[in-house]
Amino acid sequence: MHMADALLSPAVGGAMWVVSGGLVAYSAKKVREEADDRKIPLMGVLGAFIFAAQMINFTIPGTGSSGHMGGGMILAILLGPYASFLVLASVLTVQALFFADGGLLALGCNIINMGFFTSFVAYPLIYKKIMGCGHDKKRLLLAATVAGVVGLQFGAFGVVLETVSSGISELPFKAFVLLMLPIHLAIGLVEGLVTSGVVSFVMAARPEILTAAAERTPLGVSVKSAVLGIAAAAVLIGVALSWFASANPDGLEWAMLRTYGKEELETKGKVHDLLASLQKKTAFLPDYDFKKVGTDPEAGTNTGEVKVEAAPVRKAAWPAVDVGTSVAGLVGGSLTLVMALLAGFGLKRRKVAS
Amino acid sequence: MNKLGENLVDIGYMDTLAAGDSPLHRLDPRAKIFTTFLFLVAVVSFNKYEVSALVPFFLYPVFLIFAGELPAGYLAGKILVVAPFAILVGIFNPVLDRQILFHIGSLGISGGWISFLSILMRFVLTVSAALALLSITGINSICEALARSGVPRPFVVQLLFLNRYIFSLTGESERMSRARSLRSCSHKAMNFGIFTQIAGHLLLRTFDRAERVYQAMLCRGFDGHIRVVRYSRIGRREIAFMLVWAVLFVVFRFVNISLILGQTVTGLLK
Repeated sequence: MHMADALLSPAVGGAMWVVSGGLVAYSAKKVREEADDRKIPLMGVLGAFIFAAQMINFTIPGTGSSGHMGGGMILAILLGPYASFLVLASVLTVQALFFADGGLLALGCNIINMGFFTSFVAYPLIYKKIMGCGHDKKRLLLAATVAGVVGLQFGAFGVVLETVSSGISELPFKAFVLLMLPIHLAIGLVEGLVTSGVVSFVMAARPEILTAAAERTPLGVSVKSAVLGIAAAAVLIGVALSWFASANPDGLEWAMLRTYGKEELETKGKVHDLLASLQKKTAFLPDYDFKKVGTDPEAGTNTGEVKVEAAPVRKAAWPAVDVGTSVAGLVGGSLTLVMALLAGFGLKRRKVAS
Repeated sequence: MNKLGENLVDIGYMDTLAAGDSPLHRLDPRAKIFTTFLFLVAVVSFNKYEVSALVPFFLYPVFLIFAGELPAGYLAGKILVVAPFAILVGIFNPVLDRQILFHIGSLGISGGWISFLSILMRFVLTVSAALALLSITGINSICEALARSGVPRPFVVQLLFLNRYIFSLTGESERMSRARSLRSCSHKAMNFGIFTQIAGHLLLRTFDRAERVYQAMLCRGFDGHIRVVRYSRIGRREIAFMLVWAVLFVVFRFVNISLILGQTVTGLLK
C-alpha cells in the first residue's frame, strides 16, 4: 500500500513531508531524552529484522495463499512509540531509495500511513489499552488483532485521502474506499495473528524483553486538547490546501465535479460553509491565474494538449468552481486531522514537561 | 526466497554502482539530493492532462544515467518491478473519464487516456530519478548529506545501522528458511505456526546480535555519539550543477518546449 509519486500533487506531498518530518524530529528528540545507549544498535538491528522476516513467505491460515508479515506492530511493542516510529520511517526510507517502493515525494505520505498510525494510534490507543501490563496470551491475540486491523484501516484510508485530494487519479472517493478498506481488513487480520504469534513466542522464551517494554507508560492523551488541536489545525491546513487547489484549476475540483456531479457537491454543512467563506476571503489569486493557454482564444490550434484546455467541458464546469475548491479544502481538512492529532500530542507533552 | 529477497540482493549491486567514480559520483551528495527534489516537485506540479510538457524532463534522469555510467537496462527492469500500483490506480482514469478531448483522424481520444499516459510518464520520471540518485550517491553519502543538512542525528544513525545490518539479518533468515525446507521435503509452503516460531527465533537472535554490537561499540570507545564522516563540500562545481538544472527545470515547467517544437515543425510543413 505504498503511495506513489505519480499520483501525488505537490501540495499533498509537501504537507505530508512537513508533518512526517516534524514527527521524525519529535521522536528523535524523545529517543535522545531516554538516553538509552543500548537502544541505538537495537533499533538499527530490529529495522533489519523487519526486512529479514518479510523475506519469509508463509501460508495464510484458511486460504492457502501465501503472504509475508509487515512487522510495524511488533516494533511498537518491543520499542515503544517513538523509537518504533523512527525505525519504521527508516525502513520506509530504505524501501523508497533502494526499491523505489513509493517514491521520494511520497515518502512523507508513506511514513504517515504506515508509521504514524501504527506507532502513535494503533499501539498506544488500542494495543496498550487492551493489553495493559499483563502477559495474558488471549488478551495479546485480541489486542494485536484489533490494533493490526485498525492501524491498517487508517493507513489504507490515508492512501485514499491522499490520492483523491491530489486529483491525479480519477478514482472516486467511495469506490476507492470500498476497494482499499476490505483488502486491508484481511491483511490487518493476518498481521494481527503474526504479531501475536511472534510476541507470544518471545513471551515464552525471553519474557524479560517484553517486561521492560510493557512497563513504559503509554502516551498521555487528553481528549480536550487533542480535539482543540485537531479543529484548529484542520481548518488552517484545509484553507491552505484549498488555496493550492484553487491556484491549479485542473486538479481536484475538476476530478470532483466529474466523479460526483454537482448535486452532491452542494450539500451544505457548517464546516463546509466556514471553509467556503474562509476560502473566498483567502484566495486572493484569481482561479485561472496560472492557466495561460486556455484563456488565450488563439491557442486552440494544432495539438491535442492545447485543445484539452479549450474543451467545452471546461466552460460547463466553470460556474461551480467555488464549490469544487472548497470541497478540496474539506478533503484536505479531513486529511490533516491526522497531522493535527500530532499537534495535540505535542502540546500535551510540552505541558507535562513544563 | 521471495521477491523481496531478490530485491534485497539488489541493494548490494546498487552499492557497487554507487562506488563508481564519475564526475557525478564525486559531486557533494547535498547538491544531488537538492536538485533531484527540485526535479520531482517540478514534475508532479503539472495538471493531470499534461503530457507534452513532461517530455523535456526526461533529460535529467537520462543525464544522470549516462553521465554516471549506470546500466540503463538494469534500472529499467527495476522500474518495471514497482510499476503495478501506479498502473492499477491509473487504469481507472480511461474508464471513468470518457470525455473526448480531441480526434486523431476519426479516432476520438478521451481525457482519461491522456491523464493515464500522464500518470505513467510521471511514474517513470520520478522513479528513474530516485533510483539514479541512489546509484550515483550511495546510502552512506546520502546519510552524510542528511546529517549535514540538519536531519535529526538518531534518524541518520538509524538509517546507517539499518543499511549495515540488512545483509547480516537477511542472510540469517535465508539460512533459517533453507534449513526448514531441507527438513520438510514434501511440504513446500511454510505453515503459519512454523513461521511465527522461525520469526520469533530470528527476533531473539536479533536481540542477541544487538547486544553484541553494543558491547563491540563500547570496546571501541563508544560515548553515545555516532560521528558521520564528511567527505566533500559544496564548491563551484556543485553550485554550477544545481544552478544549471534549476534554471532548466524552471524553463521546462513554464515553457512547453515540445509544443513549441511541434508548432514550429508543423508551421514549416505548411
